[in-house]
Amino acid sequence: MLSIKNLYASVEGMEILKGINLEIKPGEVHAIMGPNGSGKSTLASVLAGKEDYEITAGEITFLGEDLLDKSPELRAKEGLFLSFQYPVEIPGVPMVNFLKTSVNEHRKHKGLKELTAGEFLKLMREKMDLVDMHTKLTNRMVNEGFSGGEKKKNEIFQMAMLEPKLAILDETDSGLDIDALRVVANGVNALKSPETAAIVVTHYQRLLDYIVPDYVHILYKGKIVKTAGKELALELEEKGYDWIKSDNEK
Amino acid sequence: MSVLVDKADLSLKYTAHYTQVKEQLFEGSSEVLNAQRTKAFQDFVMQGIPTRKNENYKYTNLNPSFLPNFNFAHKKEERKADFNEIFRCDVPQLNTNLALVFNGWFYKNENEKGDLPEGVILDSLESIAKEKPELLEKYASLAKTDEDPLVALNTAYAKDGFFLYVPKNVVVESPIQVINLLQNDKDTYTTQRNFILVEEGAKVQVLLCDHTLNLNQYLSNSVTEIFAEDNSELEFYTLQNQHNRATNLNSIFIEQQKDSRVTSHTVTLHGGLIRNNLKFILNGENAEANMYGMAFMDKKQHVDNYTEIIHAKPHCQSNQVYKNVLDENSSGAFSGKIHVVRDAQKTNAFQRNNNLLLTDEANMQTKPQLIIDADDVKCSHGATVGQIDEEALFYLRARGINEDKARLMMMNAFAHEVVKEIKLEPLRDRIDELVDKRLQGEVARCHDCAYSCDC
Ligand SMILES: Nc1ncnc2c1ncn2[C@@H]1O[C@H](COP(=O)(O)OP(=O)(O)O)[C@@H](O)[C@H]1O
Ligand SMILES: [Mg+2]
Repeated sequence: MLSIKNLYASVEGMEILKGINLEIKPGEVHAIMGPNGSGKSTLASVLAGKEDYEITAGEITFLGEDLLDKSPELRAKEGLFLSFQYPVEIPGVPMVNFLKTSVNEHRKHKGLKELTAGEFLKLMREKMDLVDMHTKLTNRMVNEGFSGGEKKKNEIFQMAMLEPKLAILDETDSGLDIDALRVVANGVNALKSPETAAIVVTHYQRLLDYIVPDYVHILYKGKIVKTAGKELALELEEKGYDWIKSDNEK
Repeated sequence: MSVLVDKADLSLKYTAHYTQVKEQLFEGSSEVLNAQRTKAFQDFVMQGIPTRKNENYKYTNLNPSFLPNFNFAHKKEERKADFNEIFRCDVPQLNTNLALVFNGWFYKNENEKGDLPEGVILDSLESIAKEKPELLEKYASLAKTDEDPLVALNTAYAKDGFFLYVPKNVVVESPIQVINLLQNDKDTYTTQRNFILVEEGAKVQVLLCDHTLNLNQYLSNSVTEIFAEDNSELEFYTLQNQHNRATNLNSIFIEQQKDSRVTSHTVTLHGGLIRNNLKFILNGENAEANMYGMAFMDKKQHVDNYTEIIHAKPHCQSNQVYKNVLDENSSGAFSGKIHVVRDAQKTNAFQRNNNLLLTDEANMQTKPQLIIDADDVKCSHGATVGQIDEEALFYLRARGINEDKARLMMMNAFAHEVVKEIKLEPLRDRIDELVDKRLQGEVARCHDCAYSCDC
């Protein structure tokens, strides 16, 4: 589904990703862990199409097609979803308009009819229930005045609305209590199918109790320095990152 | 040196024209208007057309707008204003009492008898000055000819415009709509003089729409004096939608008495050069003034909003929010002066100006000015000049919304803060729609008339 080969990316002349290789097949869940500043969010942003980053080498294919050529909106419509580590507040853009436009852009891309206002509201209610979201959205602006937890839930809610093929969750669990964590996990698991995949960026084993990864990768200084099964997350939980750091300083 | 001479020459063309038509100006006009004419003319002679050396006009070069060979619309043309056929500045769901001002001259709507309450007068300034001069006692008391050459020039030429009177305790339910049209077969300079008197406890909403009907070059110099007496309420909306060869010089003066509330909205959709002077004096306790403005400029358009609010009495509130979206080579200016006089304690004065520049070529000047001579006041002002928030744009795009649409959403969002303050709901919807069209690069027409041009 997603294939990253020898990816180098830099920002303002500073190299951040230094030769990433990653293969993700449909049905798989990959966890990416690693100390702060390793480049996890950079990788997520590059996948989503953020233009701040310059790709200096390597290639990425998504669903068999070159990904790097495509605009962020096209990537999204083809099924790539990024749950942002820091969802931005957008004063003046009503949440409901935004979501409706987003859903209908996705539908148009798939050759489906746009939803009517009624159909849209019904879908919205359904998905809000699914992610146990109680924030009243009418008359609210995108993420404006949302608490940290509400912002994260809002990301998962949007994911549930858009039903992506590949979901990338960038520290969606950070700052959430255990109930909210379960909600995030439910949202991801509800989407899980043999055709979909997920990349879960996290610092904590506890999320991985709910979303069981097939692979755990450790990203350090712009490289994947270790890949193993779910037991690696437990090991990190126990020993921290120091051993990774010292292993890689040599 | 030669430039200076040229400028003096230009003012001379205007003074020469005045001298030439002076008799016609006096003739047929009433005493109220004529009494101001000579002094106003002298004040204009003293000041001349404002140059950028004039501190109040330093961000706007008016010189190119004052053509040396303008035709002056100083005489009323005989015409029957057929409101259905000539023009209909329609706001769906909004039932208005309509009047027309054509090249500065007022035309009554003969076809439709609106539903104006008993005692309310919507008429031409010219005829009121003759028939009920007692209602114009305060004429030229706010718009001072020695303080602004544009006011002086207007007062020297002033013969007509609209007059609105709402007597004590009368509430006008349907908004009054005045459509200002410019149309002549030559490049034309127009003078319009308006007067609004809202008596104690009265309430009214006024919608002014400015349009040009053909491609000739226009300069309209209009002055409006507004008196809001105790406990009255006035909302007035100015919708500016002229073409790129039009200069719109629009000066509004408002005096408010105690417990009154006046809200002004200036929506600038289109126009070559626009200068809005908006001056409030809060002359009674507990008065509230709100000033909102938004402008959407592109090409080489220029908009300059100049506001001044004098807090002359304690316990008053003023609130200003001005927003500009500047595209291509357009430019904008905002100067906002707040003056809290001695003893105007417990004043609340708030001012904000936010600007969105869509290109590197667009340019904005913003200048707040606070003069505070009382000690127990709350004043704040702030200004920003920035680009579209790239993080937000990326967020929208990452949800499948294409770049153009995402930008449009962001620009609408920027404007929406001002649009949402429009209390008249059908008008708010209409303006939302016009703003959206404008931002999409269409000419935002608020009517179905045959006129079309891509200027
Ligand atoms: N837009 C940017 N401009 C400058 N530096 C950046 C930018 N994005 C990321 N970086 C830098 O790249 C490194 C990796 O950051 P990030 O990808 O956010 O790490 P992680 O998500 O693993 O904590 C950090 O040193 C960070 O400061
Ligand atoms: Mg990060």
